[in-house]
Amino acid sequence: MSGHSTYTPKSAFARWLERRLPLLSFIHASFVAFPTPKNLNYFWTFGAILSFMLVAQILTGVVLAMHYTPETTLAFNSIEHIMRDVNWGGVLRYAHASGASMFFLAAYIHMFRGMYYGSYKAPRELLWILGVILFLLMMATGFLGYVLPWGQMSFWAATVITNLFSAIPYVGNAITTWLLGGYSVDNPTLNRFYALHYLLPFIVAAVVGLHVWALHVVGQNNPTGIEVKDEAKETVPFSPHATLKDSVGLVLFLVLYAWLTFFVPNYLLHPDNYIEANPLVTPAHIVPEWYFLPFYAILRAIPNKLLGVIALFASIIIVAALPWLDTSRVRSAVYRPAFKKLFWVFVAACLGLGYLGAQPAEGVYLIAGRILMAYYFFHFLALMPALGKIEKTSPVPDSIEEACRAASAARADAAKKAKAHA
Amino acid sequence: MGAVERHQATPPRQDWSFAGAFGRYDREQLRRGLKVYRQVCVSCHSIRLLAFRNLGEKGGPELSQGEVEALAATYKITDGPNDAGAMFERPGRPSDRFPPPFPNEQAARAAFNGAYPPDMSVLAKARGYARGFPLFLLDALPGVSYQEHGVDYIVALLGGYADAPNGVTLPPGQFYNIYVPARRIAMPPPLSDGQVSYDDGAPATAAQYAKDIAAFLMWSAEPHLDERKQIGLRVVLFLIVFAGLVYFTKRKIWANVEH
Repeated sequence: MSGHSTYTPKSAFARWLERRLPLLSFIHASFVAFPTPKNLNYFWTFGAILSFMLVAQILTGVVLAMHYTPETTLAFNSIEHIMRDVNWGGVLRYAHASGASMFFLAAYIHMFRGMYYGSYKAPRELLWILGVILFLLMMATGFLGYVLPWGQMSFWAATVITNLFSAIPYVGNAITTWLLGGYSVDNPTLNRFYALHYLLPFIVAAVVGLHVWALHVVGQNNPTGIEVKDEAKETVPFSPHATLKDSVGLVLFLVLYAWLTFFVPNYLLHPDNYIEANPLVTPAHIVPEWYFLPFYAILRAIPNKLLGVIALFASIIIVAALPWLDTSRVRSAVYRPAFKKLFWVFVAACLGLGYLGAQPAEGVYLIAGRILMAYYFFHFLALMPALGKIEKTSPVPDSIEEACRAASAARADAAKKAKAHA
Repeated sequence: MGAVERHQATPPRQDWSFAGAFGRYDREQLRRGLKVYRQVCVSCHSIRLLAFRNLGEKGGPELSQGEVEALAATYKITDGPNDAGAMFERPGRPSDRFPPPFPNEQAARAAFNGAYPPDMSVLAKARGYARGFPLFLLDALPGVSYQEHGVDYIVALLGGYADAPNGVTLPPGQFYNIYVPARRIAMPPPLSDGQVSYDDGAPATAAQYAKDIAAFLMWSAEPHLDERKQIGLRVVLFLIVFAGLVYFTKRKIWANVEH
């Protein structure tokens, strides 16, 4: 679908370059001529927003790395040095910390959009799996980064998460010791976490390359879930149409990002992380960052440590199996009335798990956590396979063009009725 | 009400000049807070991340260069080693940070019956607390944003001392305070009316001292808050205008696409 490029080099240099390395025609085919379904809504701008956030995190991160010291007695002070003594340091650090939250927010919207419109279905299974891999890499990067300020939450989050690996039978303790570089979270841990936190974003960037490549082979899904039939009528060139629409989405997203960075930068940070790490004092409640809370709730819902860890990883891996778990032949929730409702129930269950992840794991919270965890897996393992077989879907239009015509006819009709009433 | 309340109470919300998008520090209040720190807190609490030069920077107490130098010179700073290999003491300079009242944590604990007065540099941010669902959702919103939990906690704690209710026995060296976990604290009530004399007409009361020192500690935790919010206003305003421009450009480009 990326198709043939209509690019013809104009300058002598471009012709010279084109014969040796067709970089310009590649860029033109991928980001200018690339046919984009004309009926995409604003939920499709989150791919561009995520690309922006990755670049923003790398740029702010590289500058922060120039002023940060990965050593247990100096790390906390070096963050405060950035906040106090480095020009623009406070803005950079808050932009990076808020940036992580905004990155995850965009990723979650992007993923839920894919689920709602069935973007994972054939032929986009690999595109979807690459997305899940990106999500896993993001989680690892986010966790590693959270440890670097070396506050109380940094230290104890590192202790709790690395301790998960000790649940693996026979080799668990050896693996944990190997990960930590010792028997507890200490200077070797901080050093390697810093190295990995710097490394992983570039692996993310490489997988984003594959993700975009796969996207450009199979083309974008769209709200109707119908494949493009007539490229001339149903698509528009990526530039300027998609680039401008993406820009609108991006700038609005940046308003939110700027608000968080400049006015409420500590809203999503834990106060305990302004207390320097102390291995002798355990905080009353150890809570992860908000974007890990649903998975934390799943981990704690199971009393057995090993099974809890398995459930935690299964809850992420299962998302990658969605293309095969969903048996429906209709892609988009627009034409699946029952799925549409269950989708929102699933979103509510995820938010509920997020809420419970921040509560103490006891009493009614624990019971609610178990119910929601059971529902989470029920959604993937039972509802998705069964629904596709029994659901009565609404009639699916023959083409994107027909769906667009029907939509604008309905709009005109509604306008006429409103006029008649007035 | 049979059982004795053991959980800490929620600090009441105070009015702060630095709250909200347009909030800025009150310079006079920071100067009063500095006075309270120098006359009361300093005997037990360090504030090791704060440099004397910070006191003269914009968006702070904004002392003059002369005042900063004079203030720094009242502190003894250990420096060295000199050419003879010995450490020596010299008067402080603006580039020095506030020296701690005790050489190390163990020395402080030895002096205070095992308790350790925490460093105050970022205390106002470290003592924040979450209001829980659903109120915390409001705390981020423009107009109603609430980011001053830690400062409010400090004010509440300083005024939160009371006689232990019947049925509560405190170990020696502990005081009853309704705002701290388990309602007991090793710090004796630090503030009393008339303890610090103000020369700007502000009331010399314990309640006023509490607010002033809390504001000073907020500034110490976030010395560039004024500047950050100032830049933020420009950034957000620019982005909103830019969003409008991009939106209308997008509409023009898409005008003849039926979708």
